[in-house]
Amino acid sequence: MNIWLVMLIAGLLTFATRLSFILLLDRIRVPEWFRRGLRFVPMAVLSAIILPELTSPHGSLFLSWRNPQLLAGLVAILVAWRTKNVLLTIAVGIAALLIFQWILGLP
Amino acid sequence: MLNKTRTQEFWTGVRDEAPILLGVIPFGLVFGALAISAHLSTLASQAMSSIIFAGASQIIAAQLVATGTSGLVILMVVFVVNLRHALYSASIAPHLKDLKTGWKLLLAYLLTDEAYAVAITHYNREGDAHYQHWYTFGAGLTLWSSWQLSTAVGIFIGAQIPSNWPLDFVLPLTFIALVVPAIKDRAGLGAAVVAGVVGLLATNFPYKTGLLAAALLGIVTGLVLEGRKK
Repeated sequence: MNIWLVMLIAGLLTFATRLSFILLLDRIRVPEWFRRGLRFVPMAVLSAIILPELTSPHGSLFLSWRNPQLLAGLVAILVAWRTKNVLLTIAVGIAALLIFQWILGLP
Repeated sequence: MLNKTRTQEFWTGVRDEAPILLGVIPFGLVFGALAISAHLSTLASQAMSSIIFAGASQIIAAQLVATGTSGLVILMVVFVVNLRHALYSASIAPHLKDLKTGWKLLLAYLLTDEAYAVAITHYNREGDAHYQHWYTFGAGLTLWSSWQLSTAVGIFIGAQIPSNWPLDFVLPLTFIALVVPAIKDRAGLGAAVVAGVVGLLATNFPYKTGLLAAALLGIVTGLVLEGRKK
């Protein structure tokens, strides 16, 4: 298959996936639990993105106090919980990562 | 609450999306460089960023092109990798329901992980204000522009990023900053914990199917905990 055709169809598929419920949700009848479930989407999807980034920073599971990403992530969770401040969470998280890497003697 | 003007909403969206760019731009550089090394033409490499506009799936697609995988398989993989966007679509749909179709098409095209995370947090915090789609548009357009630009730089200059570049870590940090304050009850906490734990156990599942399964299990957990409370 021509690369341009593949890209075009892949783009259309991605766009259709993103558009799906935006276009359909008020036209189709969905069960009540489906609507109730929507409020859990952000925390569920984003947690499923976040946690592996902390526990498997280089691809394989590294559950250890010697994992600086995990330690810095825990610090960031604490800052986000106490302050609700996005920029502060990012700044403290990056600083914590650099400090833990330095303490653990990582490059 | 006082309704903001269109311009105010737009620029607030741009501002709120800005920090996440520190994590997105290195990713765009890597994609641009990778697409060229997969022997895609300059034009095709750049076009992939505007036609597909979904980072993880673009990187996987470029790798598959490099190994000579058939077009049909690439299409299936891109579709599966991007299936999680259907969840974003459902989650944001109630906030967009009164918009004209043109707006729905535009905001659907811009609905990436990073724009969704920022936009849904804003909807949940501020409630539905009149011009809030301008906020979502501002956030989405900011991400789109920096994705196109960083792809271009990656294509022409390559991704000369040190291997221990700490700014990669901005992406999970931003998501932490958005998610943690949004958890307000036991059901929400349960959804986040189950999704996170399943996600970390399923990192080896191919094509982000682990992420999708983790998210769905998290949502079910939230529903079950909420149902039990009543």
